[in-house]
Amino acid sequence: MYVAVKGGEKAIENAHSWLAEERRGSTDVAELSIAQIREQLSLAVNRVMAEGSLFDPDLAALAIKQARGDLIEAIFLIRAYRTTLPRFGCSNPVATAEMACDRRISATFKDAPGGQVLGPTFDYTHRLLDFKLAAEGEVPDAPKGAPRDEPTPHITEFLQGEGIIQDEPEGDETPDDLTRQPMEFPSKRPLRLQSLTRGDEGFVLGMAYSTQRGYARNHAFVGELRIGKVAVEMDIPELDFAIDIGEVELTECETVNQFKGSKTEPPQFTRGYGLVFGQSERKSIAMALVDRALRWKELGEDNLGAPAQDEEFVLSHADNIQATGFLEHIKLPHYVDFQSELELVRKLRREAEERITPKEAAE
Amino acid sequence: MTKQSQFSGGFSDASIQAAHAFRAAMTAMARPGEIRSLTGGLPPKPLSIAAGTLLLTLCDPETNVYLAGAADTPAVRQWLTFHTGAPVTGAAEADFALGTWQDLGPLTAYRIGTAEYPDRSATLIVECAELTNAGATLSGPGIRDTACLSLPDIPALHANSSMFPLGCDFFFTCGSEVAALPRSTTIRSEG
Amino acid sequence: MSEYNFAYLDEQTKRMIRRAILKGLAVPGYQVPFASREMPMPYGWGTGGVQVSAATLTPDDTFKVIDQGADDTTNAVSIRKFFENTAGVETTEETEKASLIQTRHRIPEAKLREDQIIVYQVPIPEPLRFLEPRETETRKMHSLEEYGLMHVKLYEDISQHGAISTSYAYPVKVSGRYVMDPSPIPKFDNPKLEMDAIQLFGAGREQRIYAVPPHTKVVSLDFEDYPFEATKADHPCDLCGAEDSYLDEVITDDAGSRMFVCSDTDYCRCRREAGHTGRMTKDVAA
Repeated sequence: MYVAVKGGEKAIENAHSWLAEERRGSTDVAELSIAQIREQLSLAVNRVMAEGSLFDPDLAALAIKQARGDLIEAIFLIRAYRTTLPRFGCSNPVATAEMACDRRISATFKDAPGGQVLGPTFDYTHRLLDFKLAAEGEVPDAPKGAPRDEPTPHITEFLQGEGIIQDEPEGDETPDDLTRQPMEFPSKRPLRLQSLTRGDEGFVLGMAYSTQRGYARNHAFVGELRIGKVAVEMDIPELDFAIDIGEVELTECETVNQFKGSKTEPPQFTRGYGLVFGQSERKSIAMALVDRALRWKELGEDNLGAPAQDEEFVLSHADNIQATGFLEHIKLPHYVDFQSELELVRKLRREAEERITPKEAAE
Repeated sequence: MTKQSQFSGGFSDASIQAAHAFRAAMTAMARPGEIRSLTGGLPPKPLSIAAGTLLLTLCDPETNVYLAGAADTPAVRQWLTFHTGAPVTGAAEADFALGTWQDLGPLTAYRIGTAEYPDRSATLIVECAELTNAGATLSGPGIRDTACLSLPDIPALHANSSMFPLGCDFFFTCGSEVAALPRSTTIRSEG
Repeated sequence: MSEYNFAYLDEQTKRMIRRAILKGLAVPGYQVPFASREMPMPYGWGTGGVQVSAATLTPDDTFKVIDQGADDTTNAVSIRKFFENTAGVETTEETEKASLIQTRHRIPEAKLREDQIIVYQVPIPEPLRFLEPRETETRKMHSLEEYGLMHVKLYEDISQHGAISTSYAYPVKVSGRYVMDPSPIPKFDNPKLEMDAIQLFGAGREQRIYAVPPHTKVVSLDFEDYPFEATKADHPCDLCGAEDSYLDEVITDDAGSRMFVCSDTDYCRCRREAGHTGRMTKDVAA
């Protein structure tokens, strides 16, 4: 006799046990520590912090361990944890001009105050597998230079001094927060930037790449890319000064883009902006390109119908936690809906057959 | 009974009391005309228990509250601020407005939502001297055939519902009882 | 359980959801935007329904969760467990005993009562979305009550297939105003949308909540010459013999034999316990 499928609860428990076992892998191999992940897989940790919207390297490392290295799964763990945290207040905007830069390059000027600092980059490594690493070789200390004491000015400041780049006046408006308010279109730029900085790196990269290949091309130069630590300060209502509550590592990219000028504006350069937690260079450049493409309306440019110009398209699809959830939900049971389709197709076929058969009979 | 202060009269077990209070408020809104008990809060005078409980259940720093006429006392303001953190504003910006029908004044003062966002409208909490299943005849969503409810001003409320899907929504409170009238309800005078 | 607030969500989030539910009830069928939170389960797996249930539950509730009509489908089990752990509510598989039912893709066969609430999990709340992908456009269409596109779509079906080819998530008009997606229930369930219980709909990823109060007029869109038809497999249930319930088709052997069983597992169980039999259970009962 037929017995309906039962025992969902037991199956789930068993699946969880098996998952835990697979996560651990062979017990002949030493278990990974959170510190090892944090220190040695730091770029993965950075991505999880950036897209998880939570700056906490230890938690991000834990999430990576728990997710068996699936970064989107790890981001999901961080997001779900983040929403349960109480909000004590808002920090002041971070001063990236005060950043202690580990890396700082400009593609627009050969040299500038603060200089070109390559920092710990993959850029000029030859991508040859280093078999020495397989033997767990320790590395010699890198040579050290004298740290720069004074702040490194932003490259765009020099263009601004000449009045040749679009001004970005400081506003005192509190930006919207897409984790607290439902998304609404048309959106303001701060909300777009928030969406992009926590958006999926692959998605933002693809969108940015499409602008380079001609879908709303905006001729971006990397005016500046800088990576380093900045202080986070917060105003405390009881005190009349801001206090330092810690520091975060950030990657900031400002692009300088061509602009022909309009009826009201003389020809000048415009900007795209990317700011991402951690050392997340690819993401911050991509973010700046997409930000610039989305500014077409504000800058009086034509809508070329390019995907990267379409804020509703970009913002609605940038979040990998939304995307992966909805994508993967199609593996859940849908047999009720499928059954209704099945019945409908059978009925339509039956009716089609009936329409054909009498004709044949008459002939 | 201990003296009422701004620190007393809130929920003692917020998540549970708010859950029960919301269920009562939601059921009232889903079934216009039905009178339900609504308790949990002990607001300062002149607020009724039901009205105070509604504020504790629905208001927080994200909602603007207008206190109309007699409801706008320093004690009420302090109590509201301490327990909900809701900013007190004028009628035009209010998400929630509280007072007697007289004090709340003409409905034209309140937000009725926009064609694209009809939800962005005010909810009025109207303190009533009595709340009975008599008076105006109600029909529409939430009502099997018809229901009856004592309404303070049938023509004004009828005009509000004729703007559907725009319009204000109402809770009527009296002591520890509540009834609701959403804009979707059709209102006819008695008889 | 003590690690989290009652029903998981913090009070401010619950208030935000509760306000949206009230506006949803006041404007039946209109989709209220809400700041959906990131839940500890994936988007698309019932986060909207879970948030609405969390904001609606009290400790006195008896909670039932179904997916595809069944209580023991894995995702239903998972959501039930979540609320057992975070809200400590009593749970049941019996429709009769439940005060709050969260569902995915079905409405129970048993008539729901005045004192019950049903919460639907909704993937895409916008009934016009597959005709017009832009939210800015569909919002305008709802505001202008401009639903011609939907009728054109349904009519194109008829001219192409001789019938309306939407078999689930069949659009309805609520209280003569808003066209609404009833969630992906089979159209067999559409007539049940006019009911005595309160109906709440939650779409987490799409950040929308909407509602249908009890006794609200809910009309499935159709044409005079092609009236709406609530269809199901033309069989009785092979386990309980029910002729009036929605059926799942099950492939029973390698030769492709089929059997049909009630999708509502509680309904089927009740009938069998009352002595009803079907094709596959007759011998056992005899």
